[in-house]
Amino acid sequence: MRNIATIFGRELTAYFVTPLAYVFIVIFLALAGVLTFFVGDFFERGQADLQSFFTFHPWLYLVLIPALSMRLWAEERKTGTIELFLTLPVRLYEAVLGKFLAAWCFAGIALALTFPLWLTVNFLGDPDNGVIVAGYVASWLMAGAILAMGAAVSAATKNQVIAFVVAAAIAFVFIAAGTPAVLGLFQGWAPDGLVRAVAAASIFGHFSAMTRGVIALPDVVYFASTIIAFLGANAILVDLKKAD
Amino acid sequence: MLEICNLVKRFGALTAVDGVSLTVPKGEVLGFLGPNGAGKSTTMKMVSGFLAPTAGTAVISGFDILRQPLAAKRCIGYLPEGAPAYPDMSAAEFLDFIARIRGFSGAEAKRRIGRVVEMMHIGEVLHQPIETLSKGYRRRVGVAQALLHDPQVLLLDEPTDGLDPNQKHEMRAIIAAMAPEKAIVISTHLLEEVEAVCTRAVIIARGCILVDGTPAELYARSRYHNAVRLGIPLGSEGRIKAALARLPEIAAVEDAADGEGHGVVAFPTGARAPVAEIAELARAENWKLTTLRVERGRLDDVFRAVTAPGLEAARQ
Repeated sequence: MRNIATIFGRELTAYFVTPLAYVFIVIFLALAGVLTFFVGDFFERGQADLQSFFTFHPWLYLVLIPALSMRLWAEERKTGTIELFLTLPVRLYEAVLGKFLAAWCFAGIALALTFPLWLTVNFLGDPDNGVIVAGYVASWLMAGAILAMGAAVSAATKNQVIAFVVAAAIAFVFIAAGTPAVLGLFQGWAPDGLVRAVAAASIFGHFSAMTRGVIALPDVVYFASTIIAFLGANAILVDLKKAD
Repeated sequence: MLEICNLVKRFGALTAVDGVSLTVPKGEVLGFLGPNGAGKSTTMKMVSGFLAPTAGTAVISGFDILRQPLAAKRCIGYLPEGAPAYPDMSAAEFLDFIARIRGFSGAEAKRRIGRVVEMMHIGEVLHQPIETLSKGYRRRVGVAQALLHDPQVLLLDEPTDGLDPNQKHEMRAIIAAMAPEKAIVISTHLLEEVEAVCTRAVIIARGCILVDGTPAELYARSRYHNAVRLGIPLGSEGRIKAALARLPEIAAVEDAADGEGHGVVAFPTGARAPVAEIAELARAENWKLTTLRVERGRLDDVFRAVTAPGLEAARQ
């Protein structure tokens, strides 16, 4: 436990000693704002909620979250510090969790910094703050799932650009699978079970369900199990590829 | 203190380490020598617990690196090849991180960091990012990290690489000073290092141990061991070589090709250096010798003799 905290601390600080943290936060906030106000028609909708803010999060995360996860292991492998790190008296799961939690916490900080939007809707109208909280929880869980995917990919390569691109591609598959466009491709010819399976495996469906204000157990279990599965893959990949 | 038992590592069809067994007791500084790609670093990686061996294991202070990896890793100080360290961190932050992971905090961590900073003379660069440090400083930060927990077993992969001659000397002095309390393994391709710090030398090539002995035994393997080198005036070598060759104690005479001035080297027939006989002959013949000395042997010569036939075979 203490090792996880130590690794978490080092990793979180590592984001802030380089410009990465600041660039990421500024771009995240700017893009979130642009999408909400211009693409999402925040004002024109005339409703006091953050639907138009959360709707774009899957696509925003698709681009930005792999930028956070790409360095997690690829950088250690590139600089050779992985040899130092993994010969310290730490367990592999502590290393994997410490790194993941630091990245997830950082994503949470970026997400929390969108609070002016929440203040704005409360100033302009009388929104259902429960729904908004559910939206934030959903968004953070989704960030965790995509981060776990990215961390696993990062463990498989020394090249951060490859880690970014492959993580984005995997995240795209998981997000897009639940969109009406993709589900439409399956409907009509595929058995209902398959359509439902594709929808159930997708981030999009679970995220949308939660942003409507219901934190249902199956959605939470979905995100938790996705994170755990990819972190498991992460640990296995670190072990397999560390010496390459 | 450190026991390496029949370590084997295969990467696909390539056997990088092929049955290496060594026991390093407390007080020994073992120099691990070999050509590039001989399996030195791979062995170090397996002993430190980074790489899982294909077969065999290593036991560190009684803990099997495969069965009790955490306990074993606590007893090891390891400087990996290239002295990797987090480039964005300052040396102080880096050592603080290592101290925490090693289970030290507060005053204890401060004391330990202070000690290694002092030992390695890195005080003046302590707050600079590691990526801005020179190669020598980076290496010293890496060694400082390995010494922080005062480990019983020290594995240093090329500890003096990138240091200037003064720093090399100092690093060797530090290693020698620590030696009585620890089992130390140093991998190096610098033969001088073996002589300077090691109590035992192991030459490895193609994953196998070829030579295991003290530096003195290593020297004894050289064909120059106990050969006598004579510094002679120009123009007299024909006469001198002929006279030397007639001595029964001398097997062969060659021109000295060592860049130390004009001279010849007389190789003995037996184990003893025939220096008395040569001196007597020189006096009788009235040679104008500039120098006369018994060669201890040449390590590079031994190194080539031991490892080169292997390289030839590998090429075919």
